Amino acid sequence: MNSNSFIIAFVLIPLLSFVLSLVLPARKENLIWKFSFASVLIQGIALVSFTFYWGGNGFVPMNFSEWTLYQSTEYKFVIDFYFDAITVVYLLVGAMVSLLVIKFSGYYLHREAGFKRFFNTILFFELAYQFTVLSGNFETLIMGWEMLGISSFILIAFYRDRYLPVRNSIKVFSIYRIGDIGLILALWGMHHLWHQNVFFLELRGFGEVEHHIANQPAFSYFVALSILMAASAKSAILPFSSWLPRAMEGPTSSSAIFYGALSVHFGIFLLLRTSIFWFHLDGIRWLLAALGTASAAIAFLISRVQFTIKAKVAYASITQIGIMCVELALGWNTLVLIHFVGNAFLRTYQLLVSPSIVNYMVRQQTYSEGKATRPSFFNYGHLANSFYLLALKEWNLDAFFNRLIFRNVKQFGKRLDFFTPFNVVFILLPFYLIALLLYYYRATLPDTLVSWMPEILGVVALLMVFKAFSERIYPRLAFGMVLLAHFWTYLSISFNHELSALQMQFYFGGVLFGGAIGLLVLNRLRMKERAFFDLNNYYGHVDEYPGLARWYLISVLCVMGFPITSTFIGEDLLFSNIYRNQFVLAVIHSLIYIFGGIALIRSFARLFWGPNLKPYFSKALKSA
Amino acid sequence: MGSGIFNEESTLGLLRKYLPEQLPLKDFVHHNTLHAFQDLSFFEAMKESAEMFGYQTLPGLHEYRGWFKSGKIKEQNLDKVLANSGEQEEINSLKSRLLNENLTQEFVGKTGALRQGWKKLAKVNLDRQVHPALFRVLGAYLDQGISIWKFPDRHLSFLEAIRKLEHDAHWGLFRSPRVKNMLAENKFSMEGLLDILVADPTLYEDYLMDILFSHPGWSGMVSVLEEKPHSLLYPRRISLKELILFELLLEIDALDRKGGTNWKPLGTWIKEKDYQVPEPKDQGGLFKQLSYFQEAMEWSFFDEVLSGILVTHNKQEVQKSTRSFQALFCIDDRECSLRRHLENIETEASTYGTAGHFNLDMYFLPEGAKYLTKVCPVPVEPKHIIREHARVNKKQKDVFLESASHGAVGGWVAASLLGLWSGVKMMKSVFVPSESPVMVSSFEHMHPDGEIEIDFRGETDKAGNRIGFTWDEMADRMEALLLGVGIRTRFDSIIYLIAHGSSSINNPYYSGYDCGACSGRPGSANSRAAAQMLNHPEVRNRLKARGIQIPEITWFIAGLHDTTRDEIHFYDTACIPAALQGRHQEIEGSFQKALLKNSRERARRFRNVKLSWSDKRIHQKVKTRSYSLFEPRPEWNHANNALCLIGNRGSFNHLFLDRRAFMHSYAAEKDPDASVLAKILETAIPVCGGINLEYYFSTVDNNRHGAGSKLSHNIAGLIGVVNGIDGDLRTGLPAQMVNIHEPLRMLFVVEQNPDLVLKALQLKPRVFQWVRKNWVHCVAFDRREGKFYRITEDGYNQYIPDASSRTIPANKDVWYQMDDSLPIHPVK
Repeated sequence: MNSNSFIIAFVLIPLLSFVLSLVLPARKENLIWKFSFASVLIQGIALVSFTFYWGGNGFVPMNFSEWTLYQSTEYKFVIDFYFDAITVVYLLVGAMVSLLVIKFSGYYLHREAGFKRFFNTILFFELAYQFTVLSGNFETLIMGWEMLGISSFILIAFYRDRYLPVRNSIKVFSIYRIGDIGLILALWGMHHLWHQNVFFLELRGFGEVEHHIANQPAFSYFVALSILMAASAKSAILPFSSWLPRAMEGPTSSSAIFYGALSVHFGIFLLLRTSIFWFHLDGIRWLLAALGTASAAIAFLISRVQFTIKAKVAYASITQIGIMCVELALGWNTLVLIHFVGNAFLRTYQLLVSPSIVNYMVRQQTYSEGKATRPSFFNYGHLANSFYLLALKEWNLDAFFNRLIFRNVKQFGKRLDFFTPFNVVFILLPFYLIALLLYYYRATLPDTLVSWMPEILGVVALLMVFKAFSERIYPRLAFGMVLLAHFWTYLSISFNHELSALQMQFYFGGVLFGGAIGLLVLNRLRMKERAFFDLNNYYGHVDEYPGLARWYLISVLCVMGFPITSTFIGEDLLFSNIYRNQFVLAVIHSLIYIFGGIALIRSFARLFWGPNLKPYFSKALKSA
Repeated sequence: MGSGIFNEESTLGLLRKYLPEQLPLKDFVHHNTLHAFQDLSFFEAMKESAEMFGYQTLPGLHEYRGWFKSGKIKEQNLDKVLANSGEQEEINSLKSRLLNENLTQEFVGKTGALRQGWKKLAKVNLDRQVHPALFRVLGAYLDQGISIWKFPDRHLSFLEAIRKLEHDAHWGLFRSPRVKNMLAENKFSMEGLLDILVADPTLYEDYLMDILFSHPGWSGMVSVLEEKPHSLLYPRRISLKELILFELLLEIDALDRKGGTNWKPLGTWIKEKDYQVPEPKDQGGLFKQLSYFQEAMEWSFFDEVLSGILVTHNKQEVQKSTRSFQALFCIDDRECSLRRHLENIETEASTYGTAGHFNLDMYFLPEGAKYLTKVCPVPVEPKHIIREHARVNKKQKDVFLESASHGAVGGWVAASLLGLWSGVKMMKSVFVPSESPVMVSSFEHMHPDGEIEIDFRGETDKAGNRIGFTWDEMADRMEALLLGVGIRTRFDSIIYLIAHGSSSINNPYYSGYDCGACSGRPGSANSRAAAQMLNHPEVRNRLKARGIQIPEITWFIAGLHDTTRDEIHFYDTACIPAALQGRHQEIEGSFQKALLKNSRERARRFRNVKLSWSDKRIHQKVKTRSYSLFEPRPEWNHANNALCLIGNRGSFNHLFLDRRAFMHSYAAEKDPDASVLAKILETAIPVCGGINLEYYFSTVDNNRHGAGSKLSHNIAGLIGVVNGIDGDLRTGLPAQMVNIHEPLRMLFVVEQNPDLVLKALQLKPRVFQWVRKNWVHCVAFDRREGKFYRITEDGYNQYIPDASSRTIPANKDVWYQMDDSLPIHPVK
C-alpha cells in the first residue's frame, strides 16, 4: 500500500462507518457500539502503523491532492490532504480520546433513548475531525470545520426535549458560525494573496510567504485577522469564551470528548497550521499574545468562582488555551503541541470523573484540617468584591453576545416588516426581474452603476437573510427568504464576473433540491399542526414527526451551503469571483452565508426541538 | 401598607408545604415526593396535584393498556375493581371504554399561569432575565467547596451578604437605581415589592407560588436549608423569605432596565387586557379510568403474593429443632434474596429483619473526622456518639481532582507536564477499571482496623452529646431490638448482626444507595456497636433481669454486607470465643456461597454479565460495577420494590419474591397488645412507604418528579445536580435508577389478626393516615385461619386473593434472562 491510500483510508473509514451506522437497527445497542468501537480502533491501528512508516522515512511532511471537484482556467477546487507532525499529534490524541469515549459511552448510554443517535453523531464528528486535521488546503479545512459545527450542534442538543440544551446548541452554533466568517474571509483573502488555491504545504516555503506579505501588508493583516477570529471562536478565546461552559448539556462523555478534549482545541490547530503565515506579522503576534493573556487571566478568575464542576473545568481549560496562545505568539510551537495533549487528557479525565466530586470533596472536608477556611489572598476589599461579582457574571460575556449580535440583528430585522409574502411576490420579484434585465443589457449601462450592482444586490440579499433571522411568525417566510437570497447573491456576483453554466449547476443544484424538500416539509407540517407552527416558541415536533424532522434537516443543510452539498462548492466559487479590492462585497457575502445558516438552523430547532408544547405531552420545566 | 388580603406568614407556610423536601446530596434519603398532598386520599391527591402543577401522577392510558395486554393487569382484577367502583355504568361497557376510549391527559397546571402574563401580555421573558443571575448568586452563596474563590461575607445571612457585596463593589448585581436604593437603605418588604410588581393583592399568593415553582429545585433547597442549616458542613443562613425578596428585586431590576420605572404592573396588564388566567381543564373522567387501572395492576400483583403466602405459610409453622445460627439483617429489600440463598445453604439457620440502625440512636465519629455522621433514621435526634479510634489507613488523593489543577500555574503544570499521565490513568480506568480513591466504598465508612468505644465514660462533646452509652441505656436499646424481631428465649450459639452499605463511583446519589435507617450511611458502626453491647456482660446481666436470658455460649458477630459488590466483612472476629471460631469460619463460607448466588440472581439485569458464566466470574463482573466510571447503575438499589412483609420469616421463606420485599420480623403471638407492632409500623410505613413513593413518582413523571437522565448532570455546590450550567436543581431520582421500576404502591402484609393490626395503627394516627388515605396498602394475615383482611379507612374486610398466577416458564434459564419482573411464586 502506498501512503496515499493510507491517507484516503483515514477519511474513508470514518465516512463509511458513519454511513453504515445510520442503517444499524436502533434497538441493537451492542451492535452499534461495537461497530463504532471497531471503526475507531481500526483507524487507530492504521494511524499508528502509518506514523511509524512515516517516521521511518524521516518525518517529511506530505501532501496528497485527492479529488478535483471543479476546475476551470482560473480556479480549481481540490480536496487535499496534508500530513505532518501537527497532523500526527492531533490524530493520535483524537484516536485515543475517541476510543476511550466510545468504550465509555457503550455502557454509559445503556437504555438511553438516543443511543443510536449518539453514536451516529460521534462517528460523524470523527469524520469531521479527521477531515479537518488532515486538510491540506483551506477548502478542505472549511469542509471539516463546518461538519464539526453541525455535530456539535446535534450533540449539545442531545436532550432535545428540554429547553436549555436546545437554546444553548443554537447559541454555540451561532458563535461558531460567526467565527466562520473569519475562515471564509481568510479563504477569500488567501486566494487573492496567492492568486490560486493555497496548500498548507506551500506555506512552508518561508521565502514565498515573506514575499507575499511584503507585497501586500494590509491585505496580509486582513487575512491573519480573519484567521484569528475563526480560531478565537472555536477555541473559546475572548470575547467568545462564554459558549464553552454552555456547551456542557449533552451526556458527560460527549461533553468530555468535544469540549474538554478535541473541539475546543481546533482554534489552536488552525493557528498552528497557519503560523508560518501570520508569524511574520508582528502586530498579529502581539495581538495574539494579548488576547491569550487576557483570556487566561479572565477565565482564571471566572473559573475560581464557579460552583458547578463542569463550568469550573471549562473555564480552567480556557485558561490553558489562553496560555497556549501566548506560547504560539512566542513561536514555541512544540510546547503548544505538548500543552494541547496534556490539556486534552486532563480535562477529559476531569469531566469523566466529575460526578465523583461530591463524595471526594465531602470526604476531604470531613477529614482534612481547617484548610478550607484559609482566607482568600484578596481578602475581599472593594476591588476584590468588584472582581468577584464580575467573575460571577462571567464578565458579562454571554450577555455581551446576546446584546451585540442577536438582539441587534433581531431589532433590525423587526424593521424589515416590509418583507411580507405579498411584497415578496409583487415588489421583490419585479425588482429581481429588472435586475436580471439590467444584467443582460449591462454593456449598455453606465460603468459606475455596474460596478456598484454587486453591492446593491448583495445588500438586498443580506436584508432578506436578516429578515429570515428575525422572523418570529411564518416559518415558510423565513425559509423562503434564505432561499430567495441565493438568487440575489448569484445575480450580485454575476455582475462581477460572468459565471459558467457548470458553476450555476453546482450552486443551484443544492439550493433548489433543498428548497423544494424544505417547502414540502413545511407545508406538510403546517397542514398537520396549524396551531403549533410558528417561530415564536420551541415546538418539539420531532416526537411525532421524526421523518419530517430528518428531511427538514437535510434540506436546511443543502440550502445553507453545508460542505457536503454541491451548494458549498458553488458558494466557494462565488467567493472566488469577488475581487480583492471588494472588501465590502466579501463581507456582505460572508454575512449572508453565516446568518442564512443561523436562520435556517434556528427555524429547524424551533419547529422540531425543545419541549413538545402540546398539552398532552408531559415535559420538563423550562428551567430544568 | 398591609392590604389585609395578603398575609406573608401564612403564604410562606403554604409555599413551604408544596416545595420539594430533598436534602443536600450527601444526606440524600428517600421520601414521598408529594408529601404536601398526603392529607388527601391517594387518587384525589394525584388529580389535585396534576391540576395544580401539570405533573403526570399516574402512568398513561396507553401504558396501562399495554400492561393489560401483556397480562400484568389481569382481567379478573380489573373486573373486581370496576365492580367495586360504585359507577352506575355496566361493567362491560365501562371496561370497553377503559380499553378503547380516547382520553388524553393535559399536562397543564395552574401554577405558572398567572406569571405567564408577563410574556403573553407585556412580552417580557422574565425567567430568562432573572434565572441566570438568581441561580448564580444562590449557588455561589450555598456552595460547599467547588468554587475556590468563595462568596464574600458568607457568614452573613443571604440577603445581608448580598447587600454587603453590593455595597462593597464598584459595580453591582443590580442596575436599576431604584432597586439599588431600596437594597442599600434596606427599605423594602415583600408586600411593598409585590405592590410594585403586581399591584393587585388578590394575586400575590399565586404570583409567589409561580415564582418559586419556576425553579422548584432551588426553592426547595432553600426551604430545607432554612429548617436544617446543619445538613451543610459549612452552614449558611438563608430563608425562603430572603430568596423571594431577592428574586422580586431581580424582577423589578429586569423590568426597570427595559425602560425606567414607568412600566405597568402585572395586575394592571391583566385588568386592562381583561386577561383570564387559564384554569386547568377538569380531567376527572380520565383520572377515574387511570385509578381503576392502577388498582387493578396493583392487586394483580398482590394476588400473586398473597396466594403464594397461602401456599407456603403452612409448611413452616414449627420452629427449627436443631440449633444452627441466627442472623439479623436490615429490613431492606436488597437483603431479601441474600437471606433466601443463605437459608437454602444453611437450612437450619434462621434469619430476621429489622431496621438497619439496630435500634441505636447515635452519631458516628470516625477517627480524624471533624464532623459527626448521623447513623439513625432521619426523624430521630440522637444524643450519643460512637467514636472510632486506632484507625490506621490513610486517605488517598487524586491529584487531578485537587483545586490546583484548575488554576493558571498549577493548571499549566497539570496540563503540560502531568497531562499525559492523566491520559494513561484515564485509559486504565476505562479499559481496566479498578478501585480508586475517587470511589465511595461502604467498607471505608468504618475501617475494620479501627476500634470503637461504646461505654460512656462521662465525656460529652461541645453540643452536649454523650460519647458512648451507659449500660442501662444499652440494655434498653438491645431489649427493644430483640423483642422487636421476636427473639426472647431462643438464642443460637452465634447470632449475626448484618448491616448493609453500597459502593459506587461517579454516583452523586450514593447516600440513597446506603441504609435508609442510618440516614443514608452504611450501617456498619451500628451493627458493630450493637454486637459489642450484646456481648457485654453488664448488658447481658441487665437483660437477664428483664427476662431475656442470653446463654453464656452465645456470641454476637457484626458484619457489613456491600449490596453492590455482594461482599461481606465481619468485625471483631478476633474476639470470638475459641470454641465458636471454627463454626464461624464454616458459616462465613456459607455466606460467601450465598453471596455468589445472590450476585447471580441480580445479574440477570446487568448488561455486562452473561448468565452462562460461572458464579465466580459473574461475581467478579458484578463487583466491577462499583468502580467503573462509565457505569450509571452500580446496582438497581430499590427498583421494583412493592412489598413489605411483617411477620415470621417462616411464612414467607419459600416464596420467590424477586427482591421486591422489605421484610421485618415480628412474632405475633408474643405481642398481645400490639405495642411492638405499633413501634415497627411507626418506622416501617414512613420509611418503606417513602422509598416506594419516591420511586413511584420518579418513574411516572421522570421529567418533573424525577431528575431526568443523569448522564448530563452537573454537580452544583456539592449539594445538588443541575443540567448544563444554567439549570434549576433537579430533585427526585434520575432515570437510570428507575428504568425497570414498576410503579406500584406498597403492600404491607402484617402477620397478625386484623383487630390488633388496626389497633396498632390507631395508636399512631400519623402512620394510620398512610393506610387510610391509600398511600400504601395494608393487609392483615391471620395465620391460624389462613385468611387475609384488607385494612381500610372504615376498618377491615376479608380479602380473598385470586389464585391464578402468571405462568412460570418451564425453562428457568430463559426465564432468568428476562429483564422484566418475574412472577412471585412458591419455590421448593
